[in-house]
Amino acid sequence: MRLEARTAVSRTALVMAPIGAIMVTLLICALLVSLAGAPVGKAYLLLLEGGFGSRFAWSETLTRATPLILTGLAVAVAFRTRLFNIGAEGQLYLGALAAVAIGGQVDGAAAPWAAALPNGVLFGLMVAAGMLAGALLLLLPALLKLRLGVDEVVTTLLLNFIVLLGVSLMLDGPMKDPLAMGWPQSVALLPELELGRLMERSRVHSGLLAAVGLALLVWAVNRFTVFGLQMRAVGANARAAAFAGMSVTRVTLLAAALSGALAGLAGVVEVAGRTGYLTLDMSPGYGYTGVVIAMLAGLHPVGVVASAIFVAGILVGADGMSRAVGVPNTIADVIVAVALLSMLVATMLARYRVRFDRIGKVA
Amino acid sequence: MLRLSHITKRFGPLLANDDISLDLHRGEVLALLGENGAGKSTLVNILFGHYIADAGTVEVDGVALPPGNPRAALAAGVGMVHQHFTLADNLSVLDNILIGTEPLWRWRQQRGAARARIDDLARRFGLAVQPQARVGSLSVGERQRVEIIKALYRGARVLILDEPTAVLTPQEADSLFATLGQLIAEGLSVIFISHKLDEVLRVSHRVAVLRGGRLVAERRADTTGKAELAELMVGRRVEMPTREAGLARGEIVAALDRVSVAPVAGRQGLRDVTLDLHAGEIVGIAGVSGNGQVALAELMSGVVAASSGSVRVCGAALPASPRRWIGAGVARIPEDRHAEGAVGDLAVWENVIIEQLGNRAFVRGGVIRGAASRRFAGELASRFDVRGGGIDVPTRTLSGGNMQKLILGRAFSVRGAQAPALVVASQPTWGLDIGAVAYVRGQLLDAAARGAAVLLISEDLDELMALSDRIAVIHAGRLSAARATPAWTLGTLGLAMAGADGAHAQVEVAHAA
Repeated sequence: MRLEARTAVSRTALVMAPIGAIMVTLLICALLVSLAGAPVGKAYLLLLEGGFGSRFAWSETLTRATPLILTGLAVAVAFRTRLFNIGAEGQLYLGALAAVAIGGQVDGAAAPWAAALPNGVLFGLMVAAGMLAGALLLLLPALLKLRLGVDEVVTTLLLNFIVLLGVSLMLDGPMKDPLAMGWPQSVALLPELELGRLMERSRVHSGLLAAVGLALLVWAVNRFTVFGLQMRAVGANARAAAFAGMSVTRVTLLAAALSGALAGLAGVVEVAGRTGYLTLDMSPGYGYTGVVIAMLAGLHPVGVVASAIFVAGILVGADGMSRAVGVPNTIADVIVAVALLSMLVATMLARYRVRFDRIGKVA
Repeated sequence: MLRLSHITKRFGPLLANDDISLDLHRGEVLALLGENGAGKSTLVNILFGHYIADAGTVEVDGVALPPGNPRAALAAGVGMVHQHFTLADNLSVLDNILIGTEPLWRWRQQRGAARARIDDLARRFGLAVQPQARVGSLSVGERQRVEIIKALYRGARVLILDEPTAVLTPQEADSLFATLGQLIAEGLSVIFISHKLDEVLRVSHRVAVLRGGRLVAERRADTTGKAELAELMVGRRVEMPTREAGLARGEIVAALDRVSVAPVAGRQGLRDVTLDLHAGEIVGIAGVSGNGQVALAELMSGVVAASSGSVRVCGAALPASPRRWIGAGVARIPEDRHAEGAVGDLAVWENVIIEQLGNRAFVRGGVIRGAASRRFAGELASRFDVRGGGIDVPTRTLSGGNMQKLILGRAFSVRGAQAPALVVASQPTWGLDIGAVAYVRGQLLDAAARGAAVLLISEDLDELMALSDRIAVIHAGRLSAARATPAWTLGTLGLAMAGADGAHAQVEVAHAA
């Protein structure tokens, strides 16, 4: 058995790859569902219903998809430039922390320095701080990679734990909400800074519009601007990009800043749109899930929106399914993880052809 | 001795070998001649069991070989010397020959006998090697000899040589040809793969010409000639452009004064290189691969900086910045098209403008002017005859020749319609088919005629002799004085490439005595 590179990778193959990957994922997971003693058909039906079957399901799915779109974009931007950012989780938390630091209440009102500012300015400051925090957090590993050749997969991954512990320190210390009855929870955000709801009686907030808008923006940047061309060139062949006169360092750092800022924004949007304050369990791994989403989307910014909604639907639907048929809702994590692996295999199959040789047999 | 019958092999839509039948006789050198993509490598890989043919058989002495089994091919006496050697640098010559041949546990007792056999093979076939030398310390020519001994040690009676002279100096090639003579005198047979007509005519008895996967002709070497073979190989007549002697040259465009470049990661740097390049002349740099050509090309492309000495282009010292060099009107054609010349995943039109992202004709306010860029790319593609799927396909889908034309066109338009001030071309025709070679050579001559200074770094001596006004030889990072082309012969070039010039040669002579 061997792999032969396909001379031409068809567009249909690239579109069919994620669909095929999802089919295979559902088949593999069907095995696990039946091992758990639940009827497979019913379980999947409940999963779909819970994720996409009603207005409420859709509202929950879209709420969940909002930070996932942003972390997915963050990963897509970085991966496209061949900067393997596995640290979106940490960037998200640092962004959320920065947002609370700017917009958090002090004794039930705005901090003294912020009280004089118009709400719009304060809101802008909060968003900027969150994005800046995320950007700075990724610039460090990017610099280490460019200057010293330190593998960014390791540094970004490990920084997640450092940031999480740092946030824990802040939530148990200086930023702890005195009214939280001992829970490690930050002070609440000023109500004026919270994002508006898009649908009545739901949690879908305007962060969704921002996320989708940014996806379109990133797509446009990729496609129509010099910076986009530079990111794609550096990611595809850094040596040729440098030969053509691009600064690989500059392009990589800018892409790192953009990627980190998007992940930081995911944290801001979660705090301002959903929770209103920061806790340590705010993100059930949105940063890591962002990697899956970006891969499922083939790193395409608009594809990220679709794959984020799909993954969010599974995560939301799994809760309802587990209650109804007794399959633990960790099945959702398994599905997402298997989807990533299937997608990697599907992408490979789209680019290579597997040949089975009959060794030793006379033709 | 060896018979290929009706070999057919398909790769997807590509018919790589189409019903090829060939015989090889005892004591014969058969040349397989063809352009890149003609199917030579596929055929040899089938013969050696790396690929499985869709149809057809390989017979050795009347016995069919099982397909897809290199071991069976080896056992039947088919030995192969690849273009890229398959030796372990950190092992001795002896170990490299024994590895995979003898069972591990017998090594110790057998080493004496093995050495005796190797010495015997080396003496019989004129393959001088030191069995205890580490392969990492050997020259390319010596490594090739080790590969040949390895095949002979395994009992090869049919030896396949894939482009064996590509990496050799003329003298090393001569000694290889002498070895081939001894091999056939002892009754072995050789398949010699090449696209160089001179050497094919010189060493082979019969020539089989492949084109487009088909065997288009078989000729006896003594009844055919270069012109006929070239035409058979390409399928049409090709005029190879050459430089006229005695053209006037202009003022100095680029001046290197005692320039050194530090070696990087074991790669040869430059030492005290001095060279002037005049407008309207082509200066060729000859040398065996790995003697500092890469450092010189990167220096003159603005990729690496000089560690000492001065580099001036049009009177100005330029920093190591490709953008500044492009801005100064330097057209750069890198050695490795795929790794450095173009970004394969970008569209053709994107690769066309990639060196000119500061040009307001293509970019305004950070946004690419798609329509203008594509129009320009389309014009460039037709002007430089870039064929393929149009300007929107990924560049990696282009053939080598078309990709090179794209890079050439891009480089030559650094100053708009005006000729570039300086052209730095590194192995510009390497791996191209004859038609594309003629085209690239013609473009270089044309650039010089329009007033560009051309620095041509090449390992193809015929090319250097045909195009250059002056030739300098690079060896161990040092550059000889550039002498007018007629002052060189292939013999003197080869000696200089081997490092035997001036004082150096004296020392060697003294050493030998």
